Amino acid sequence: MAEPREIDAAEITRVVRDLCIEINYKVPEEMVRLVRRARELEESPLGRQVLDLLIRNQELAAEGEYPYCQDTGYTVIFLDLGQDVHVTGADLYDAVNEGVRQGYGDGYLRGSIVRDPLFERRNTGDNTPAFIHTRVVPGDQIRIQVDAKGAGSENMGKHAMLKPADGLEGAKEFVLQAVAESGPNACPPGIIGVGIGGNFEMSAVIAKRALMRKVGQPSSDPQIAELEAELYEKCNALGLGPEALGGTQTVLAVHVETMPTHIASLPVAVNVECHAHRTGSRVI
Amino acid sequence: MTVEVLDDGRKRIEAPLSDEDVRELKIGDVVLVRGTVYAARDAAHKRMVEMLDRGEELPFDIAGQIVYYVGPTPERPGHVTGSAGPTTASRMDKWTPRLLELGLKGIMGKGGRGPAIRGELKEHTAVYMAALGGGGALAALTVRSQEVIAFEDLATEAIRRMELDDFPVWVVNDCEGRDFYGETVKPWRKNELLPESLHVSTDEWAGKNGGG
Repeated sequence: MAEPREIDAAEITRVVRDLCIEINYKVPEEMVRLVRRARELEESPLGRQVLDLLIRNQELAAEGEYPYCQDTGYTVIFLDLGQDVHVTGADLYDAVNEGVRQGYGDGYLRGSIVRDPLFERRNTGDNTPAFIHTRVVPGDQIRIQVDAKGAGSENMGKHAMLKPADGLEGAKEFVLQAVAESGPNACPPGIIGVGIGGNFEMSAVIAKRALMRKVGQPSSDPQIAELEAELYEKCNALGLGPEALGGTQTVLAVHVETMPTHIASLPVAVNVECHAHRTGSRVI
Repeated sequence: MTVEVLDDGRKRIEAPLSDEDVRELKIGDVVLVRGTVYAARDAAHKRMVEMLDRGEELPFDIAGQIVYYVGPTPERPGHVTGSAGPTTASRMDKWTPRLLELGLKGIMGKGGRGPAIRGELKEHTAVYMAALGGGGALAALTVRSQEVIAFEDLATEAIRRMELDDFPVWVVNDCEGRDFYGETVKPWRKNELLPESLHVSTDEWAGKNGGG
């Protein structure tokens, strides 16, 4: 067995802090490219005006003075933790949350998390706690992906336990329904993350993971890639367009992830993402 | 004030608004808002309505005013505001009628309002306008000043008095009960590519609880 590699929790805190700040000001390169492409493809004059504004907003935010969106999101963290890593100095999740606390403070980002959902709903002030998904993987590194997920699009998510008899057509219709109903609230054009299979919670988790893929990169499975291309075309046929003011560019990409499921089940989850797609990763 | 119509067709308004001003604002109009607006979102609305239920007065005189659904990011030193784009309007539906009864004339947010609120806007001669969703950085450039005037403990959800300079919005629901989204999307929907169940009405958006 390999000797464990020691990683100081302070290093994890620093990486999370830096990523929180970076992503809230600068969207990924692919988003810059895809929004510009949508601007070229958009047929509606009003839609083109909106996309021009979104491009200006991207550029302004990248200067580092004003975050892209005032909703600096839920902080969702994906940890791929190498099984030969030994974290020292602090608890792993405490280190992650400390990074969020520092990043949201130092980066002038909005605290949007309330401590309890039902009673006082008191703002924690520093956007903690983060929602952390951990996967143990081979190796002696930690990959950290941070996502600032806006609530406008998150609230438009839909989940269903379809019947196997509903099949592929039923799943497609469910996705389109979710996008159609999300309308302007999800700040289109964005990305549609779809999780199909697994059980109740796994379908939702893989829908979120679908959003973490490099934007516009098709699935490595040719059948799924074909489904993604079809859904992309049909989502855009909905006519919502930029900010749902009408047009041909409703989504920038559709990402689908699937996994094994039960003989009795066809779970489908749709996790909608807005044009403010803010994510980034680093390996320690 | 009276509504100022610019050469390019855009309209400029400043609160306080009269019924006559509101009637000049039609769906699809691009409106530049300047002067005072009051920032308030979910938690502030809940508290304001609780105050009214107890027979208390609101922290500001809302008659003729414009309320903006926004919770800005903290301002950097030397800046008057952080990012300040709109949040989803339909989450405020539960509380909006009480404020319209007191003479609220203009509302700014994101997304549309359902038939119930559209009816209230008509009854009270008020207008709902949508700002650029997710355009928080651009929005910040039009904020001249802001100060928290109530509910400071609500952090980003406190009530703020903001002074705006030509903040751009679209009229989405006017005082005739009309809905801009319904009209703009229809011509672009390619029904031949879609299952029949997807010929949805845009009314469905309004009951949704988007965020921001």
